[in-house]
Amino acid sequence: MSENKDFQAGLTWIGKSWAQVDGLAKAKGETVYADDMFLPRMLFAKMLRSPHPHARIKSIDLTQALKRPGVVAAMTGKDLPIPFGILPVSQDEESLCVDKVRMIGDPVAAVAAIDEETAESALEDIVVEYELLPSVLTIEDGLKSLEETEISKTQIHEYADSGNIHKQVALEFGDIETGFAEADHIREELYYYEGNTHLPIEQHSAVAQHGADGRITLWSSTQTPHYVHRALAKVLEMPASQIRVIATPVGGGFGGKTDPFQHEMVVCKLAMMTGRPVKLTLTREEVFYTHRGRHPVLMWVKAGMKSDGSITALHFRNFLDGGAYGSYGVASTYYTGALQTVTYPIANYKFEAMRVFTNKAPCGPKRGHGTPQPRFALEVLLDKFAEDLELDPAELRLRHLIPDNSKTVNHLTVTTNGLGECIRKVTEASRFQQQRTGSSLGKGFGLGCGSYLSGAGLPVYWNKMPHSGVQIKIDRGGGVTVFCGSTDIGQGSNSVLAGIVAEELGIDIGNIIVVTADTDLTPVDLGSYSSRVTLMTGNAAIDAARPLREKILSAASEVLKIPAEKLMLRNSSVLSKNGSGEPVSFVDAVQWAETKYGMLGSVGSYTPPSHGGKYKGAGVGPSPNYSYSACVAEVTCDPESGIYRVDKLWMAHDIGQAINEKLVIGQVEGSAYMGLSEAMMEEQIYRTGKDNPGGLHKTPSMLDYKSLTALDMPEIETFLVETHDPEGPYGAKEAGQGPLLPIMPAIANAIYNAVGVRVDEVPITPEKIYQGLKELKSGKPGGSGVIGRVGPKKFPKITFPEAIKVKSVDS
Amino acid sequence: MLRLPPFEYQAPNSIAEAVALKAECGDSAMFVSGGTDLFPNMKRRQFTPKILIGLRKLAELRSISLDDSGNGLMIGSGVSLSEVAEHPEILNNFPALAKAASLVSAPQLRNMGTIGGNLCLDTRCNYYNQTFPWRKALGFCLKKPESPMQNDAICWVARSSPKCLAVSSSDCAPVMVALDAEFHLMNPDGKRIVPAGGFYKNDGMDFLNKTPDELLVSIHLPLHEGWKMNYRKLSRRGAIDFPVLGVAVALRLDTSGNCMEARIVLGGVASCPLRAFEAEKLLVGGSLTAEGSLTRIENTAQVAAKLAKPMDNTDMTLGFRKKMVTQFVAETIKEVLK
Repeated sequence: MSENKDFQAGLTWIGKSWAQVDGLAKAKGETVYADDMFLPRMLFAKMLRSPHPHARIKSIDLTQALKRPGVVAAMTGKDLPIPFGILPVSQDEESLCVDKVRMIGDPVAAVAAIDEETAESALEDIVVEYELLPSVLTIEDGLKSLEETEISKTQIHEYADSGNIHKQVALEFGDIETGFAEADHIREELYYYEGNTHLPIEQHSAVAQHGADGRITLWSSTQTPHYVHRALAKVLEMPASQIRVIATPVGGGFGGKTDPFQHEMVVCKLAMMTGRPVKLTLTREEVFYTHRGRHPVLMWVKAGMKSDGSITALHFRNFLDGGAYGSYGVASTYYTGALQTVTYPIANYKFEAMRVFTNKAPCGPKRGHGTPQPRFALEVLLDKFAEDLELDPAELRLRHLIPDNSKTVNHLTVTTNGLGECIRKVTEASRFQQQRTGSSLGKGFGLGCGSYLSGAGLPVYWNKMPHSGVQIKIDRGGGVTVFCGSTDIGQGSNSVLAGIVAEELGIDIGNIIVVTADTDLTPVDLGSYSSRVTLMTGNAAIDAARPLREKILSAASEVLKIPAEKLMLRNSSVLSKNGSGEPVSFVDAVQWAETKYGMLGSVGSYTPPSHGGKYKGAGVGPSPNYSYSACVAEVTCDPESGIYRVDKLWMAHDIGQAINEKLVIGQVEGSAYMGLSEAMMEEQIYRTGKDNPGGLHKTPSMLDYKSLTALDMPEIETFLVETHDPEGPYGAKEAGQGPLLPIMPAIANAIYNAVGVRVDEVPITPEKIYQGLKELKSGKPGGSGVIGRVGPKKFPKITFPEAIKVKSVDS
Repeated sequence: MLRLPPFEYQAPNSIAEAVALKAECGDSAMFVSGGTDLFPNMKRRQFTPKILIGLRKLAELRSISLDDSGNGLMIGSGVSLSEVAEHPEILNNFPALAKAASLVSAPQLRNMGTIGGNLCLDTRCNYYNQTFPWRKALGFCLKKPESPMQNDAICWVARSSPKCLAVSSSDCAPVMVALDAEFHLMNPDGKRIVPAGGFYKNDGMDFLNKTPDELLVSIHLPLHEGWKMNYRKLSRRGAIDFPVLGVAVALRLDTSGNCMEARIVLGGVASCPLRAFEAEKLLVGGSLTAEGSLTRIENTAQVAAKLAKPMDNTDMTLGFRKKMVTQFVAETIKEVLK
């Protein structure tokens, strides 16, 4: 720690709190979001969406729509038939459905008109003939084999591994049976985590222009302009050099704007057809259909533990309800297994998973991507083990931490681990041990922990190029422009870029101009997903800035006749390190450097280290470093009704090194809010189809889809733990996703502590707690067989493929 | 974005003018005051009026004053819910109403939304309060067929139900019934006064005892000594939620604590506020703080709860909502007695 303090003492910006570089413009309403854009002659587009969950398209007639005054163009999927998708292995989406619709809300036609009202009315003129197909709405139905169903009719995608099983994975690390043989306690349990969505305040929106030069420009509220750029080149059949993608400031993404989307393709095509700019902003209901949110996951866990609390074996099986398209689903499937080993040491680990296609909105990456579901299960399971072993839940965890610079059983490299410190911070501040055992009926305290990656070790498409590039240009007047493909989605990546370059060049942040997320102007950055930006663009920014610093100091050295190593850049000046002599202004020094070297510019890039294993599937999980989080939740639950409120959260997060302290705390608390909302109420659910068209979203509005309001949000006390990781810029790790993970289990464990009811399911609603309370009162178990336990009762019997056996690193 | 359907906006200068205009335009016109419920519904095409008659210019609708006799409070229907929640006379004399108003939605919507709007709130159902394309995908429901000509629309909540089961979702309505308020209506022929209890009908489509031409002008609340009251609301979150259960209780207690009169009204469990007459009788007579009273209160709550037959068309499971009626009634009575 003392070393860390010395390190920080030498820093001007890093680790301090400063205002976000784009914060005031947002607060003042200056920021131009995609839907704020109005270009001359711009048209407005709308998409007609399927009212059927699964149907063949027999015909689409646009004639009447085109006759409506004000309509300028209309199109169907046949006008843009090339499929796309974020992952190379699942190119299964169409700009507009060509032969078949796979969910209610799948778009089949689009109209461009002089205003939104006209476009909307024209949709009613389009005549679509469908032939209905049987639909698949549950995991159970999705698992049905070819023999059990008329697969030609129910199969949603022909490329699935089998039937409607999109992807199956089976991996074994070490030897699971040996692990169970060594265990003193074994638990076998079921958990369920309902799907939920991102709910960004800003809906998706895109504007396209087909310029007189023949080039296409797309402005879009996206987290991944580079991937959208690639997808557009494919779908429009144009060279990428003729397409420019600009990510407009994003009003919330959380993973929901990480795929290339249909509306982005459609506006480009309509702009080409009409020669006029075209805008399409989704309605809130359409955002619910676009989704890509949290997968519903049904989990079976068997775990073995020694009496000292060490985990000898973990066998984890799950089914993911993927919805109608692939999206990031293959990665999501691997992520439900890959990071389990990073939180605590697991000696032997077997992981099996299947993702099924269903006729519902496609699931994908939401904050925590694939990790919150198993994390919930395992953290609740640990709470139960602690009770079996009569150990304090914090003590159980503290006894078994992953050492720094070690490998997990599935070959992931942990460089630094601050989990112990995180647990100590939150348990001490909340007086967890005393409160947990001493509080009265209805008052409860629960602990949850988690770990997350600071950026995926591999890109979404296979290549060995850098993951992030930064270019810097210094103007003679002292202004420094930083170019980077990274995309600020409110997480503050623009501020991080500015802060790092300001630190390296010793200048004020106000002199940094940040140009980001524009494929014509900025070097590639893969995008704002997988918590990668601070670490990767941060390292690339340092890489770009340091040579410039050297040039400036070298030029100053010549003029001042002081050796360069005795000079430094600080306070917008060149200073001698020993304090002698007069400071020279940064502007003068820059001009000396330009005189000596010519135009001052540089580029830097970052490629993550290859830290992972070599087995099939080893690509998901490796990361330069891992963040750790712990949470204690305090709840008050009415032992009659099960209605509860969360009184307080204590959060600790191993950030490695904060770049901007206030921004990190904001990220931690934002995660806590989102996690709590999931824990307590959020559900993306559908009507089941017994007596109505199944697959209809039950609550496609912000009124009916329940999420936490300001009145429901408790106080949070946040601690940052700094482990100064060697891989991160200045030692930094991620903050955007990890802190969400401990919330859900902390609430579940706190509810158990308060009223003795185990809710092995998310969301943890009063209705479910009430059910458990009823069982406790009557002494009769409900369907799950355990009195006072509410959760899934059945796990589909299905044979997984034989697991790929991977030796643990030690053996 | 969802766009409002096109409409013409008229802003009459007097109540008489407003009512006359409505009579003249018939079904093609609707009154609008705060618009916090009407505009979202228009965007989803529950309503597509050609003309909106705006009431915001009518100062008479926006006052709170003592009535001529001084025995009651007159609240204009255009008074905002924020003002109802904060008005000293209402806080002093009718705290349950102030509380109910304070629990509607969120501050911004309470600043715009009016008491009259909340009392005339369209009944709600999660099959009905959806966009046009959503309802089209489902098949249209009784309350809003695709067109007046459609005759095969059904109630999706209970497919054999001949009647619409949309839910009365006003926080303030049950309180008005419990306080024995009178609603003053104006129509082209003159005034009409209806007791709050008689204003609501248990039919999701035909839920108000009000002709289309009538305008709710004001609400009269009688000022009587000895009444104590409270309101409790069940909803999933602290703001921006309609009640899935509302309980209003008003008790008249004499100086020694004996219950002389009792009114218990349930909201959110039927197409209108339900008054629990049978349960009320169990509370009247004798002290409610004496020994054994708790059992009496529990019994009362159980009898009241029998009235509630929630359907699966709101947030929260219907089983839970039904179970909560007993607890909420008992707790509300206890809160009144505190």
